[in-house]
Amino acid sequence: MLEQNIFAGFGGQGVLLMGQLLAYAGMLEDKEVSWLPSYGPEMRGGTANCSVVVSDEPVASPIVTQATNVVAMNRPSLEKFESALLPGGNLFINSSIIDIKPKRTDINVYYVPCNDIADGLGNPKVINMVMLGAFVEVTKCVDVENIVAALSHKLGAKKADLIPLNREALKKGAEAARATK
Amino acid sequence: MTNTKKQLMKGCEAIAEAAIQAGCRYFFGYPITPQNDIPEYMAAQMPKVGGTYLQAESEVAAINMVYGAAGAGARVMTSSSSPGISLKSEGISYVAGAELPCFIVNMMRGGPGLGSIQASQGDYFQATKGGGHGDYKMVVYAPSSVQEAVDLVQEAFDVADTYRIPVMMLADGIIGQMMEPVEFTKKSEGRKLPEKTWAATGWDREKSTRERAVINSLYIEHEELQELNDRLQARYKEIQEKEVKVELYNTEGAEYILCAYGTVARICKSAIALAAKKGIKVGLVRPITVWPFPTKQVHDAIAQKSVKGALVVEISAGQMLEDIKIAVNGEKPVDFLGKPGSIVPTAEEILNKIIELGR
Repeated sequence: MLEQNIFAGFGGQGVLLMGQLLAYAGMLEDKEVSWLPSYGPEMRGGTANCSVVVSDEPVASPIVTQATNVVAMNRPSLEKFESALLPGGNLFINSSIIDIKPKRTDINVYYVPCNDIADGLGNPKVINMVMLGAFVEVTKCVDVENIVAALSHKLGAKKADLIPLNREALKKGAEAARATK
Repeated sequence: MTNTKKQLMKGCEAIAEAAIQAGCRYFFGYPITPQNDIPEYMAAQMPKVGGTYLQAESEVAAINMVYGAAGAGARVMTSSSSPGISLKSEGISYVAGAELPCFIVNMMRGGPGLGSIQASQGDYFQATKGGGHGDYKMVVYAPSSVQEAVDLVQEAFDVADTYRIPVMMLADGIIGQMMEPVEFTKKSEGRKLPEKTWAATGWDREKSTRERAVINSLYIEHEELQELNDRLQARYKEIQEKEVKVELYNTEGAEYILCAYGTVARICKSAIALAAKKGIKVGLVRPITVWPFPTKQVHDAIAQKSVKGALVVEISAGQMLEDIKIAVNGEKPVDFLGKPGSIVPTAEEILNKIIELGR
């Protein structure tokens, strides 16, 4: 198994955290993982993305140029990374705010209305968890319970009360992914 | 099954934690991207172990604080990125001249000048051939993963103490910013470290039984300066004999040998997998110490009969390339792929270059 993932969006959408949770969950499953952020001046309110590799073998290049999965949380991310997908790869589109369709026909596309679902849950901050739920449902990259474990680690005991909301977001995302295919 | 021994850490933070675990109790630095996570971590953690973190007024001040603490026998380090290392180079030469141990991290960014904040390998010459003035050397480690960086930190401090020389970790911004699982299980390699009898730790005319320690790099009499240099060169020779570290990956019977260090070596491994799918057998020589350079190992891997040629890959205009050419000594063709502008070569580019060499 070698999953080469790109998570992209704008600063504030929780794109880097999404990647970190996936990497952490992979580590909990004793898989080989790497997480590499784009870092630089573009991160202030601009675009943000990270490369996450999850593999059974030691990770060779941590830089993803041929992706098995791409998550696009906004339109510029879709336009930038659609071409990075390998044929047969999965493209996850935040359809709440992306109003265009991908050009490629050799890939699987999943439309997940992250903002609408998050609003429905009463907290717009969980858009990343909605998308991660969809991502894990389709790719089976890691067990969704380990995503929850990774989030628990990240939030710590003080914010443990946020877990049920995030768990619900993951579930709704998974449902959306199933419905879109 | 879940593994809880591992932690997911950024390279910079993991290196800082490894330094604390190796007994480093003094950190002097000055901020610069992409290594700021090291001083940030040190600022938070050093006080908890009774150590000292200090943000100096400049890089020049920071390295001179390192010089002072090293002279007093402390385990001490500093970290910076390319332009900051240039500023520290005078001080590093003084540390080398005064025969003191210390640990320096360079998270390389694009250059020359202020360059960019993205990953680069443009400081290879600076790290391995000098940087500062005079005939001095540093042991220079070039890790290619967060775990390897962590494992090399303890070794770096021990090697510094063993030979009384500055030791550098030469990593690129990617190693610094990337998160990977790490375990802090590696203990020292069991070196018997010499007592620091030379350290200036306080002297009393009546009570002291040893001679007064003098920390100095000024030798006005040329005979004395010659003695210092002879001493240093003898030590460097011993290091070249004993301290070389290198990874040979898939090299036996290979048609082509890639040569790379740090992050680029990992991209080369991806390229090797792509090449294998096309039926081309490619190997990799990855120097872990770029000084002392694994000249013999590089030569033997590339000079073997099956090899048609070598390809050096760097995020530079071709710096390690020169050491590879010296090692190969014209016995096989040596080609180069790389750009100096912080642009990281992709596995596909490397594969294409290999295919091109075969034509």
